[in-house]
Amino acid sequence: MKSDPARQELTHEEALELYYYMRLNRSLDELLVRLFRQNKIVGGLYGSLGQEATSVGTAYALAKGDWIAPLIRNVGSLLVHGYKPRDIMTQYMARVTSPTQGKDGTCHFGDLKTHHVVSPISMLGDLIPVMAGVAMAGRYLGQKIVAMTWIGDGGTSTGAFHEGMNFAAVQRAPLVVVLENNQWAYSTPVNRQAPLRDFADRARAYGIASYTVDGNDLVAVLRIAREGVERARQGHGPVLIEAKNMRMLGHAQHDPAEYVPREMFDYWKARDPLTRYEKYLDRHKLWDEKEKAAIHARIESELAADLEFAENSPFPPAELAEQGVYCNGCHNIEAQWRRAKEELMPPKSAVTPEWTIKDFGGMETKPAVAADRSEQQHSVIEGAVVHPPQTDRKRKITAPGSRRARR
Amino acid sequence: MVQVTYLDAIRQALLEEMDRDPAVLLLGEDIGVYGGAFKATAGLLERFGWERVIDTPISETAIVGAAIGMSYLGLRPVAEMQFIDFIACAFNQITNFVAKSHYRWGAPVPIVIRGPAGGGVHGSAFHSANPEMYFVHTPGLKVVYPATAYDAKGLLKSAIRDNNPVLFFEHKFLYRRIKEELPEDDYTVPIGQAIVRRPGRDLSIVTYAAMVHASLEAAEQLAREGIEAEVVDLRTLLPLDRQTVIESVRRTSKLLVVHEDTRTGGIAGEIAALVTESAFEDLDGPIRRVTSLDTPVPFSPPLEEHFLPNAARIAEAARDLARY
Ligand SMILES: Cc1ncc(C[n+]2csc(CCOP(=O)(O)OP(=O)(O)O)c2C)c(N)n1
Ligand SMILES: [Mg+2]
Repeated sequence: MKSDPARQELTHEEALELYYYMRLNRSLDELLVRLFRQNKIVGGLYGSLGQEATSVGTAYALAKGDWIAPLIRNVGSLLVHGYKPRDIMTQYMARVTSPTQGKDGTCHFGDLKTHHVVSPISMLGDLIPVMAGVAMAGRYLGQKIVAMTWIGDGGTSTGAFHEGMNFAAVQRAPLVVVLENNQWAYSTPVNRQAPLRDFADRARAYGIASYTVDGNDLVAVLRIAREGVERARQGHGPVLIEAKNMRMLGHAQHDPAEYVPREMFDYWKARDPLTRYEKYLDRHKLWDEKEKAAIHARIESELAADLEFAENSPFPPAELAEQGVYCNGCHNIEAQWRRAKEELMPPKSAVTPEWTIKDFGGMETKPAVAADRSEQQHSVIEGAVVHPPQTDRKRKITAPGSRRARR
Repeated sequence: MVQVTYLDAIRQALLEEMDRDPAVLLLGEDIGVYGGAFKATAGLLERFGWERVIDTPISETAIVGAAIGMSYLGLRPVAEMQFIDFIACAFNQITNFVAKSHYRWGAPVPIVIRGPAGGGVHGSAFHSANPEMYFVHTPGLKVVYPATAYDAKGLLKSAIRDNNPVLFFEHKFLYRRIKEELPEDDYTVPIGQAIVRRPGRDLSIVTYAAMVHASLEAAEQLAREGIEAEVVDLRTLLPLDRQTVIESVRRTSKLLVVHEDTRTGGIAGEIAALVTESAFEDLDGPIRRVTSLDTPVPFSPPLEEHFLPNAARIAEAARDLARY
């Protein structure tokens, strides 16, 4: 099967590792639902059922040292990025052994030193400008990193989303934003969020490249994410990837999602991302029964061990509530420079400020090269579509005061 | 020695900190090519280049957001609000993202957000406000509001070096109106320390920012009448220097709090509570306050003059208090 293009796209190891994360994401979610029903979870439980391929595929495209800021449904992204199921379990169970020691719950945690994960806040959209800053800082320090974050279809309606995308765009920051269009924002359908067929179209307003991809097709997601990440890393500016998928449960466990038409669940159930990836592995003979069983066994034992750890973990001591409001000598905050600091110090740093008004002050950027999309055959919706940034378009200025009018 | 204005003290602090540490950089609207609406960053683009003096779109949420992200990689960004009134547009980033970051997940946010605040310049409702108390009510932030050029420079340096987020309020009325000689060498003023600007035995006037000057003027007048007022400049509102306030009240037994911020929810209420909790026995009279009216800042000069506290009103309240 040397000529099978799928076998060239994914190595055998990658194919199996991706399956491990997909299956782990699904199994961990199922376990959390069980814990919720047993009253062992503190507060709400937000599921990622049906969205695993988007979380796993996008995060898998990143390199060591890259930064992510997942939202609470991006359990798969956290797992790919190195967190363990126990981290998520202990967060949901509010134990002192959790990454936040019980200070916060759900997937609201992060780590600056080893994992390079920025914790989300609940207010949607706010991560976009923050990750624009991460991307800009990485570039400033010479680190060649990419920053990736996720946003829901609903979250794109916030002002923070707009401000962040626009700022990242004018800065040409190496930022990849994954827009998870899962058809719903709580009970609000996507067409009440914005009258757009493809939310990726929002990118045109920012003059940045965007893609639309079938978010239930792990391989397509990974392929597009790799391309987008590479683009951003090469300095072509931010990228918006719209992954279309479906939130297969209610907004959270308390929500029976009666507002979702049954046929809609049926439609998407038939396109379940995990089943599809299993079929893909079968079709391309990327695994055998033994390997599959081994992954299942590994996940089962890991989850059992982590659950035991979580259940045996104490709640935090009450006095912990008083600590940590301020950082008083708690951290040594040091930037990791990968370029000579002298470049940034006078007199080397000095520049004469000047503006060019060529093209009426518009930004001079190279048009994105639209890749050949023809080989994306596994997509239910329409495969992946690439939208080049709009900056190559000729500006038409007809307002009085243009050169013609003045003459 | 040369006299340095409050405004130039700020510019010097930025320049010297940027010279000291390439992790320090600036973000804001019109701060680069134009040098800032009040010229607080004049010449810094030419000295430090585009990468360190970043002219941004009109996006306060993105300015603060990007500063947060930069700080997570060890940079120390200083974000300018063109007028501090616009900080309201970044309220969510500041109160929810910035202030809670270290407490929630141990990530310090060593950023400074600075900008011109305060009235007296006929700036009207959106260019005159004193929104400090929204943030003084937010654990995790530090809030600084200097009254002198010396403090402006020294406190801004401390703010930039602090590992916590600091909101740095600059009183625009003072920008070009006050000057003083500043030391040549690198100095800082510690955050969280009030200072007694004028000692006195009869009553304590606790205040900050432009009202320090109005209070000192009132104290001069009172001295001529035989009333010795002690004037305490808070300098930092969060964390509050409780000790200096309480010690002053213990000496004078009377407390007048003066602020340019509006009355309800102003820091006078917090200080009154603090003093009754900790120095009730020492009080020889009611706690009084002189503040702006509970209205938006009005535009027309007679209206704004009526709105703002001034030396005469402070002196009047002090006389009344001294009679107890
Ligand atoms: C700014 C803001 N307003 C309201 C909410 C409350 N809220 C939480 S999740 C949610 C729906 C989000 O929908 P979407 O962005 O599509 O993400 P999804 O839940 O589908 O993953 C809402 C309204 C919030 N988190 N943030
Ligand atoms: Mg949604």
